[in-house]
Amino acid sequence: MKKLMKGNEAFAEAAMQAGCRCYFGYPITPQNEVPEYISWRMRDLGGVFKQAESEVASVNMVYGSAAAGVRSMTSSSGLGIALMQEGITNLCSTEIPCVFLNVSRGGPGLGTIQCSQADYNQMTRGGGNGDYYLPTYAPATMQEACDLIQKAFDTADKYRNPVGVMVDATIGNMMESVDIVENKAPDPSIPDKKEWCLQGGQRPDGSFARVKGLFNVPAESEEFVEYLGRKYDKIEKNEVMVDITDCDDADVVIVAYGTTARIAKQTIKFGKEAGIKIGMVRPQTVWPFPYAETKKACSHAKGVLCAEMAIGQLLQDVKIALEGTKPITQYHRLSGVMPSAKDMFKLCEKIAKEGK
Amino acid sequence: MLKEVIISGFGGQGSLLIGQVLAMAGVVEDKNATYRPTYGFEKRGGIAFCDVILSDEEIGSPVVEEPEAVIIMDERSFKRFEPLVKKGGVMFYNTSLVTSKPSRDDIKYYEVPCNDMAQEMGSDKVANMIMLGAYIGYSKAVAMDSVEAGLKEKLGHGKEKAIPLNRKALEAGAAISNK
Repeated sequence: MKKLMKGNEAFAEAAMQAGCRCYFGYPITPQNEVPEYISWRMRDLGGVFKQAESEVASVNMVYGSAAAGVRSMTSSSGLGIALMQEGITNLCSTEIPCVFLNVSRGGPGLGTIQCSQADYNQMTRGGGNGDYYLPTYAPATMQEACDLIQKAFDTADKYRNPVGVMVDATIGNMMESVDIVENKAPDPSIPDKKEWCLQGGQRPDGSFARVKGLFNVPAESEEFVEYLGRKYDKIEKNEVMVDITDCDDADVVIVAYGTTARIAKQTIKFGKEAGIKIGMVRPQTVWPFPYAETKKACSHAKGVLCAEMAIGQLLQDVKIALEGTKPITQYHRLSGVMPSAKDMFKLCEKIAKEGK
Repeated sequence: MLKEVIISGFGGQGSLLIGQVLAMAGVVEDKNATYRPTYGFEKRGGIAFCDVILSDEEIGSPVVEEPEAVIIMDERSFKRFEPLVKKGGVMFYNTSLVTSKPSRDDIKYYEVPCNDMAQEMGSDKVANMIMLGAYIGYSKAVAMDSVEAGLKEKLGHGKEKAIPLNRKALEAGAAISNK
């Protein structure tokens, strides 16, 4: 049933409806409504909510409960996710599934508490050590955020890897009608967690489960990291999500995600009124990035407008995708100053004429 | 139907509540609604504003760049948002606190001394509902009963006794712009 909710509260409800039964977190604006909501709601559901003493503690508590096979999550903003990087790489190295929700605010450092997309590299490139990736969804609306948070739990379990969901503060703080799937059943293709999780006692085959991330023998470590590499290849092959609109005969293609993409929809409307064909590529996963899809969608365009609330992070992936085939114009607003549909349209007009 | 409005004041005046109640009233009437708040670190005294969009169609951008209507609760907000109002748009401003005088002749102004009016009614707290009433009276964006339903949902159980005074405040505001 559709209900008017605040973004952060809707994300929390969606996570619990997807079976999240352990939440650990530490307060930070602009996502405080997530733990606040879960703190009372989790009691009805018989799960665990704990306000940890720090982000470092939160991520390690998630490590513990997720290793025991419970759907677990934490949420924070970029500053807190920064402190969790060690935990994320450990979770990847031990193949423990869980969900990280990043409600992004302006940076670097303490920055601002308003809307930003400057955590793109943090989520897609990470700050932890070693060869690992954090598959990350980047929804544009509250509804999509709720759906993808639920999907994130499935993806995490399917591949036994932590999964990120990155929303900007606008989606977290706004109110909109949303229809949250209730009691969402896990994807039936997910293997039985009993095969690996730590629940005390023996596994079905009589052996004991263990969580292991340290190798004494280089060859064993190499074999394991190669295996991780194959797993990430599989995720890149199977899990890319992208929304492509009106690109077939577009003169200009906007590449944008999250709230910036939503604002760009208005730019596309301006284009229709003015007779300028503007299309949009909206990555819904930022790792894995829809490189091939982006290149194909832009093949007809005279030029590409890369729009984001960061000084050129998405831009790096757009450059990789286009392989130098199209001129790229970058547009950004930062730190809570919102992108303007009108300003983007002016750039599109110029690109339609001159290519850049 | 498409209504885009910005409501702005300083933290503690209930500007964001105006926006939430308006969005809730829209949903009561099965409209699509978005409410996007912006505020600073401060619990009270910082600038706090929100964009509300009500529409029969799916809402694209939740950001209102050129509002057709603004509701202004304090002096700083008046200066900030007066230049942004769309040509032919309307501005409701709180003359109890705003000292600036209107400077544009291409928009319509409504003077609403909402703090003075609220005090006369017995509670300064309903100043924001007087302002919302003034906007509803002018725009007819939603029915007054829907606003009351939205307010009831927002206040939750145990605060029903606050409804009659808030309704009175809404009607008093509407009387200013209904004329």
